[in-house]
Amino acid sequence: MTWATREIAGWGRVLRAEAALARPERQRTARALAESAPVPALGRRRSYGDACLADRAMLTERLDRVLAFDPETGTLEAESGVMLGDLAARLAPQGWLPPVMPGTGFATVGGAIAMDVHGKNHHHAGAFAAHVDRLTLATPGGPVEVTSDDPLFALTAGGLGQTGPILKATIRLARVRGDVMMVTERRMAGLDTFCDALDASDAPYTVGWIDATATGPALGRGILEEGEVAKGLVPPARRGRTVPLDAPGFALSAPVVRTFNAAYLRRVPARGRTVVRPIADYFFPLDKIHDWNRLYGKRGFHQFQCVVPMDARGALRAMLERIGKAGLASPLAVLKRLGPGAGHPMSFPVEGYTLAVDLPASDGADRLLGVLNAATVEAGGRVYLAKDSSLTAQQAHAMYPGRAAWAEAINARDPERAYETALVRRLRLREPS
Amino acid sequence: MSAPESTPESAPERAAESATGSAPETWLVLGASSAMARALARALANEGAALILAGRDDDDLAALAADCRFRGAASAEPLRWDARDPATIAPLIARLERAEGKVSAAVFAGSMPPQAEIDADPALIDGVAADSFTGPAQVLSRVAPLIEARGAGTIVGVASVAGDRGRVGNYVYGAAKSAFATYLSGLRNRLNRAGGHVVTVKPGFVDTAMTWGLPGMFLVAPPEAVAASILKAARRRRNVIYTPFFWRYIMMIIRAVPEPIFKKLSI
Repeated sequence: MTWATREIAGWGRVLRAEAALARPERQRTARALAESAPVPALGRRRSYGDACLADRAMLTERLDRVLAFDPETGTLEAESGVMLGDLAARLAPQGWLPPVMPGTGFATVGGAIAMDVHGKNHHHAGAFAAHVDRLTLATPGGPVEVTSDDPLFALTAGGLGQTGPILKATIRLARVRGDVMMVTERRMAGLDTFCDALDASDAPYTVGWIDATATGPALGRGILEEGEVAKGLVPPARRGRTVPLDAPGFALSAPVVRTFNAAYLRRVPARGRTVVRPIADYFFPLDKIHDWNRLYGKRGFHQFQCVVPMDARGALRAMLERIGKAGLASPLAVLKRLGPGAGHPMSFPVEGYTLAVDLPASDGADRLLGVLNAATVEAGGRVYLAKDSSLTAQQAHAMYPGRAAWAEAINARDPERAYETALVRRLRLREPS
Repeated sequence: MSAPESTPESAPERAAESATGSAPETWLVLGASSAMARALARALANEGAALILAGRDDDDLAALAADCRFRGAASAEPLRWDARDPATIAPLIARLERAEGKVSAAVFAGSMPPQAEIDADPALIDGVAADSFTGPAQVLSRVAPLIEARGAGTIVGVASVAGDRGRVGNYVYGAAKSAFATYLSGLRNRLNRAGGHVVTVKPGFVDTAMTWGLPGMFLVAPPEAVAASILKAARRRRNVIYTPFFWRYIMMIIRAVPEPIFKKLSI
């Protein structure tokens, strides 16, 4: 296996690494690599921070085939590098969808398991790993089949790749009765209205867009989107666009963002509206602009995402106040309800409200992230490690109480720590205490 | 040596081509485990073709076949074929004979051991010649009568820019690919009389396992782009294509360097 040296970056482009990368194209070569030179696997590197960085790694992007699909039962076996957006595009016309879809269709099956990703249906469907029947791990001793009742499965789901590369997985798809999304949009006047509406919503897919620049009485205003899959005329697919270069600093400066946010809010009439959208536009709104992360300029950006318990609305309000007051442009802020967690020690989703905010890199952003991280610990919440670029080890350890036991089990399997990624090292996730 | 003729065929499509009815076109893909072949097989699957995926890595071919069926192939089956084992040819041809519509074939086979290894053990030359030229040619010479009998069908042969001029770095591989290109030229001449067509494809650097991590790579093309240009060339009945297109001009320059100078270069 040949290694290529490349500079790689998290999606936020703040954290970077020079890495020796192998890129097997076949199961056979991936197995051989895992046996001779165990390294962590990387997918399409859509994690924002350093969860997708390592000195040495195996890229799964060429392990990208669907190995079996039963259109009767909706069971699908795929290699780990298959992208969820590709699956959605192929499956929707046949009445199926991936059971959980994160905000980007470029996420791979392997990455979706390793980060136990959640989607707009978490309150009904849980996170991705809940829909995985079995997976195959590449280990130095050969491939290992792991079924969902195996203790190794719980270590792997949300396990940040620390149980070794996933070669393939069998997932149960979701039955849908159409191939477009019917989306109802409603304006939300403030945070409490918003949280109440999220609690009350029983739509299959629910997400809130929140104006993180609003302060005072408007704090927490935004738009609630409730979606369901429907039959209808599919608007013609538009071709993706690419951001050809890094945007200048003023592109996402505070006045621009405030104006944009206000306009975005007014787009939805006061009485609400229902629109029909192509599935990909609904689930992966930003994917149409390839490399949209370049809009944040050369310095890149952070995405802060936390979940706080249901009774911590006050903490959420305090965070939004800090964000609004900081005046750091953050056009994309998302508020969602998460349902009960799956119980896997390193899996992010637990019941509560999750808030996600983009912050262009700056010294002010670093300070704000420090405040938000501390507030999350305080509120008994946790930060999503697939997004993180700024936690301290101590904070991470406090947020994931099952971590120490997980680390012990992981270290027993991989004493050389061959699968450590930059994130795992930075947050000392595999340290005993 | 003159530059290969490459203007698109202007003759109207033969009647026989439309007479094959609604049965899907059957494509035999030789060396189907390569990244370029995978991309072409998927593009063909997307168009609803029937696929016979031939090569040595049974597991990988089975995976590709499943993926092609998922992507819309009328059918996709793996078949074992070893360029160095003539006994593996007959089952391929028997399978093609059973196909109802038009039959076509695409060859991606080839091997390129490091030239230093060949210099140390010249017996390796046989293997390179078998993988890159004689093995695939023996299959194509048996596919040709099927195309002649049906009055339609396309053969896509992947040669290489390495075959345009012998270089110190890979001249055995280049020689085998050059021989294959010459064979394809003759086969084109033969099949043209019967309504068939042959496309010679000369890829430059393509982003595959063969080039991953090699020093000195530039303007590396994704396999999907190569597959798309191959399909376009087949539809337009082009004779010889370079892919990406600019390799035609790079190779024009390289061929134009006088031998007294060329022999001193290390490119």
